[in-house]
Amino acid sequence: MDLNFTADELAFRDEVRTFCRSAIPPDIREKLIAGRHPSKDDKVRWTRILAQKGWAVPHWPIEYGGKGWTPVQQYIFGEEVSQTPAPEPAGSGINLVGPVIYTFGNEAQKKYFLPRIVNVDDWWCEGFSEPGAGSDLASLKTRAVRNGDHYIVNGQKIWTSLAQYSNWIFCLVRTDPDAKKQRGISFLLIDLKSPGVTVRPIQLFDGYPEVCEVFFDDVQVPVDNLVGEENRGWDYAKFVLGNGRVTIACVGLSKERIRRIKELALRTRVGGERLIDKADFRKKIAAVEVQLKALEMTQLRVVANQSKLEKGTQDPASSILKIKGSEIQQATAELLMDVIGPYALPYQSEEEFQRGEPAIGPDWAGPIAPAYFNGRKVPIYSGSDEIQKNIIAKVVLGL
Amino acid sequence: MDLDLSEEQRLLKNGVERLMREHYSFEDRRKYRTEKLGFSEAMWMRYAELGLLGLPFAEVHGGLGAGAVETMIVMEAFGKALILEPYFATVVLAGGVLRHGATEAQNSKLVPAIAEGRMKLAFAYAEPQSRYDLFDVETEAKRDGEGWVLNGTKGLVLHGDAADKIIVSARTAGGAREKVGIGLFLVDANAPGLMRRAYPTQDGLRAAEITLQNVRIGGADVIGDPAGAFPIISRVADEAIAALCAEAVGCFAEMHAITVNYLKTRKQFGTTIGSFQVLQHRAVDMFVELEQSCSMATYATMMAGERDVTERERALSAAKAQIGQSSKALGRQAIQLHGGIGMTMEYSIGHYFKHVTMIDASFGDTDHHLQRLASLGGLFGDQAIQR
Ligand SMILES: Cc1cc2nc3c(=O)[nH]c(=O)nc-3n(C[C@H](O)[C@H](O)[C@H](O)COP(=O)(O)OP(=O)(O)OC[C@H]3O[C@@H](n4cnc5c(N)ncnc54)[C@H](O)[C@@H]3O)c2cc1C
Ligand SMILES: Cc1cc2nc3c(=O)[nH]c(=O)nc-3n(C[C@H](O)[C@H](O)[C@H](O)COP(=O)(O)OP(=O)(O)OC[C@H]3O[C@@H](n4cnc5c(N)ncnc54)[C@H](O)[C@@H]3O)c2cc1C
Repeated sequence: MDLNFTADELAFRDEVRTFCRSAIPPDIREKLIAGRHPSKDDKVRWTRILAQKGWAVPHWPIEYGGKGWTPVQQYIFGEEVSQTPAPEPAGSGINLVGPVIYTFGNEAQKKYFLPRIVNVDDWWCEGFSEPGAGSDLASLKTRAVRNGDHYIVNGQKIWTSLAQYSNWIFCLVRTDPDAKKQRGISFLLIDLKSPGVTVRPIQLFDGYPEVCEVFFDDVQVPVDNLVGEENRGWDYAKFVLGNGRVTIACVGLSKERIRRIKELALRTRVGGERLIDKADFRKKIAAVEVQLKALEMTQLRVVANQSKLEKGTQDPASSILKIKGSEIQQATAELLMDVIGPYALPYQSEEEFQRGEPAIGPDWAGPIAPAYFNGRKVPIYSGSDEIQKNIIAKVVLGL
Repeated sequence: MDLDLSEEQRLLKNGVERLMREHYSFEDRRKYRTEKLGFSEAMWMRYAELGLLGLPFAEVHGGLGAGAVETMIVMEAFGKALILEPYFATVVLAGGVLRHGATEAQNSKLVPAIAEGRMKLAFAYAEPQSRYDLFDVETEAKRDGEGWVLNGTKGLVLHGDAADKIIVSARTAGGAREKVGIGLFLVDANAPGLMRRAYPTQDGLRAAEITLQNVRIGGADVIGDPAGAFPIISRVADEAIAALCAEAVGCFAEMHAITVNYLKTRKQFGTTIGSFQVLQHRAVDMFVELEQSCSMATYATMMAGERDVTERERALSAAKAQIGQSSKALGRQAIQLHGGIGMTMEYSIGHYFKHVTMIDASFGDTDHHLQRLASLGGLFGDQAIQR
């Protein structure tokens, strides 16, 4: 047992760190340090920088551009990227639909889509949730009816992240209304520029239009865009939801947040004293750090175990990563609110930032309250906390 | 990075777990408690046979030369069984002092006796006023020719009643709460002037308050620098914390398993209570605490031997804070989910809860360690201040 990285792993870490620090465009890094959302262009730029280095999809199989790294190396890579800080590489394409395509797709789909994902020629979004199908995803109603070489799609998706910037959507659609809930669902790739598609952004309460409604009105989708077999879509959806559980803890992001908190508390004076020197505030930070360290160790245990598990099985400890990770993200956002204090009040829109309007109050204050508000989403999406607990109770505890 | 046990470590784990399975049911424990010293002498000899009593000592002195990982394995198994014997007091605490402070001559005399089960030790580091501050030492040691004379009161000496020899921290110089001027002295439990008031602890172990009145010891029974032994004490305390974290994790694992099992068997409203979602979610909350604690016990084990003292203290404080907070969160639910039966002396769950609560109150509780961690700058973000 040895917690220390080997010499090779350390060398790898230094290589990743050096590259990320020098390759990240300074404007993107500053934006992330400040806690603002990276734009689509920021994410595309960064992913292309990684692609050029051959690091856009290191976790993919080597034949599609992967690096064949060990789980530990992949972990180190993820940590270093988020602590740079740099954006997560274009998420939905690389982490969600890409793996579905190379695992279940046909040769033509692999050949066409995978290189375009790596180079971010396409921007993907995930069309699973519907107004009537949230946690109970299998009750989704969007219909796809086969008509010759096409499916005719009708229905609505909601909460589709960043659909307004996307040109492709991967959807769960109902192809057999008579089969049992989970059975009649298929996995369809849909070009968002197809006639009959309407995308309508929804503003979240922090002001950020992060999600959309997507309407399908007699949209024609080539049958070639069906992934895998018809009516097997639920299996592929479970594969998507089961993927990427190791990064879901966002440990690197939370570490970066804690640095930010300390940095700002160093500059903030309260009652004639630096906030960082206040014992009770330091103790509050320490309490979160303890949880974060424990989560990091849990994650390392999962990573170390990964290569030993049979394919398709999961380490029980991995099931806690999202719940605990989201709890810590809320806690760090709350600490930032403590730091900013009354200057949490002024609201300045992203457009005002873009126009270069001067800040109201400290120049770092603006994004803190919105980030706190926006963070409430984490225990809701990708399987809410309650759903996660239902699953752990059933699968891990056998209740 | 490698979080696997070696082949030898796996064997050790299997060996201890088998011993516990065969000889340490909750029923066995009840019997052992009624023995003269409040634990089983027969089990003590079994530990010796299995090599556990010599585990962390150097091979030249008759030990097995094992490290923190081995101690973690043993303590976790002991936690599951909730053992009563003075393993922690003798091997981890007093043994730690010997390993880090004793001379060749001292070790070659004491270690074989410990390893063979012939000698039990205790470590009297605390005093009535000291709370968790190991440097708060008022007991005095004065030069007396070649030897020393000790006067003062030591409190909460774990297994002080069963010990054949007691290692006492005492002040040879400096003010009451200074880190310099503290020495360590090996005192015979029957020495004239040493009085023990023995008592049971809340969790069914034994301890003693010890007064020292002009207790004389020879010059050969000083351990380490008589005015500079504090680094030994603090190092032993950090190792002790790692061991306690592992023991607590053993307790947590058992508490969680017992509770989940109860949820699957207890019926009310015509169904098993484990079918109620609110209880399922609490069982999951317990599971989260268990996994997080397990992670931190591993971390504590890896960091217990860290050379950079600040790094070591940060890590051990973080681990102890986690364990303390989990013993409350997990313990509360373990009792609650049992309903009335959980409140009884007859049933095991309350005994686990008491033990983990006492672990929280040993070597610094959550509050103490969060404070220490905070004052050392925390775990993350040294770089932040430089950015
Ligand atoms: C910011 C954001 C981004 C998102 N991005 C996407 C995206 O890109 N693509 C996509 O497809 N979806 C996306 N979603 C949707 C997300 O997956 C759903 O919001 C989530 O599945 C919950 O569904 P719901 O909102 O309908 O809530 P509901 O399912 O109606 O849940 C309401 C409440 O009831 C609880 N609940 C529900 N069922 C149970 C149960 N069985 N036991 C106990 N409690 C239960 C839930 O936990 C929740 O607290 C996003 C959501 C958000 C907030
Ligand atoms: C100190 C003490 C004094 C007492 N004094 C008296 C007394 O004087 N007279 C008397 O008659 N009784 C007394 N009781 C008994 C007490 O009322 C019961 O313990 C209590 O009703 C719970 O029942 P139980 O112990 O069988 O637990 P259970 O009913 O088996 O409950 C076990 C767990 O399951 C939970 N649970 C059960 N059903 C549900 C559900 N539908 N949904 C969600 N959770 C559920 C419970 O909250 C509990 O956490 C006493 C108990 C104690 C501990």
